[in-house]
Amino acid sequence: MKHLLSIDDLGRDGIVELCDLAEAFLEVTRRDIPKVPALRGKTVATVFYEDSTRTRLSFETAAKRLSADTMSFTASSSSVQKGESLRDTAQTIEALGVDAMVVRHRAAGAPHRVAGWVDAAVVNGGDGRHEHPTQALLDTFTLRRHRGPDLDGAHVAIVGDIRHSRVARSTTKALAALGAKVTLIGPPTMLPESLDGWPAATSCDLDAVLPEVDVVYLLRIQHERQDAMLFPSLREYTTRFGLTVERAARLGTDVLVMHAGPMNRGVEIAPEIAEAPRSVITEQVANGVAIRMAVLYELLGSGAPVA
Amino acid sequence: MPGVDRARQPESTAAAPEGGRFVFRAVVFDADDLRRAHTRIAHEIVERNHGASELVLVGLYTRGVATAERLARAIESFEGVAVPVGALDVAFYRDDIGLRPVQPLGSTEVPVDVTDKVVVLVDDVLFTGRTVRAALDALTELGRPLAVQLAVLIDRGHRELPIRADFVGKNLPTKRAEDVRVRLAEVDGGSDGIELWGPVGEAEG
Repeated sequence: MKHLLSIDDLGRDGIVELCDLAEAFLEVTRRDIPKVPALRGKTVATVFYEDSTRTRLSFETAAKRLSADTMSFTASSSSVQKGESLRDTAQTIEALGVDAMVVRHRAAGAPHRVAGWVDAAVVNGGDGRHEHPTQALLDTFTLRRHRGPDLDGAHVAIVGDIRHSRVARSTTKALAALGAKVTLIGPPTMLPESLDGWPAATSCDLDAVLPEVDVVYLLRIQHERQDAMLFPSLREYTTRFGLTVERAARLGTDVLVMHAGPMNRGVEIAPEIAEAPRSVITEQVANGVAIRMAVLYELLGSGAPVA
Repeated sequence: MPGVDRARQPESTAAAPEGGRFVFRAVVFDADDLRRAHTRIAHEIVERNHGASELVLVGLYTRGVATAERLARAIESFEGVAVPVGALDVAFYRDDIGLRPVQPLGSTEVPVDVTDKVVVLVDDVLFTGRTVRAALDALTELGRPLAVQLAVLIDRGHRELPIRADFVGKNLPTKRAEDVRVRLAEVDGGSDGIELWGPVGEAEG
């Protein structure tokens, strides 16, 4: 594996291999000294053109726990403000001696372009509405740890603004690759225009689907979408699609609740549900470090000759 | 165990000759020999340490872990002390990461704090010493043992680092290109045994 740009690069076997590797790294992160020397001497740069706290911190933590050095680039405090192009920025960062770049950009496909310009390994840290492969991997990893290595038959409802969500797209593909059944749920304005590339079913009626699901995966409702008239009000959204205390009470005891964060408590998820034992939201964050360690290790330490 | 279980990787890149096919050369240990070696090593460990109360046995994946468990059972049978057994994966401490695919073989699990304990590292075959070097680094991050000792079933020579074993089942002179194959029933199925294999076309000896 040279780059990780899309969940499609991995296939079922690649996803399983990274999840298995992440299991070993999860054990490392739980030690008193949660660090191994595996990537000593390597440098990982996070190149973020979009705001992010958890993804960037997660990658930087992962790199540090592998003993790699880290560099951090954010568009808002850089020469991008002076008009530097993505290509020049990427090549400048590479010239500093970087072995891997984690790229987040508001434009879909930006990490793919960067991968064509540099010799360093490129990881897609989220591109536009397109993909977020490491989020999909950590979601799959989290689910496997609860349900066993085989997701065959697990029914996952992903609820929210599916159409504009790179998390929904990548996670749907990853879960489906491992045999899970995915139903995408939201108001019609937030569902994909076409299911081309989405191995999933859709529904606009959360209450109808809830009795059948094993996992409820909530997406953050972005306030700016309200301005775009995708739904009338936050309150109406919560009434129809929020995981309220009342709705959660109707779920089976072993149904898990997931969320990619950051949460809008009281909108897509009730605060009590975010804290409930069935919620694996903080576990997703911890697992994210382990899976990103696996990705970086696979890219930089797997023994594949680096050109 | 939630760990990863993959095929045993070669001790060193030098172990497999280019495009070579291996043929059987000799039986080193049959099942009885192996049982006797385990029993003797278990006694030597207890004798050297004047008892077993401060001991922790830490096996290196995969067959070192199985061997450590066998030694612990032996010690318990004659000494009446249940020695804690741990499992160590050294993949992320190896010095050949990036030179070949280095994948973890299992999940590190050491059930007790090793600080101020006598840790006996256990592996099946001692060859270049690089695995043991990695194991020493991995162990150091878990605590500060009073002492670290090394027990192996076979010492086949060709050390590349200043490392030696404290307890040895058998010193076996080998050629670099040869392969020592250890079969343990609980790992490999079948019956216990250790065999020497060599590349096709090379004279024995």
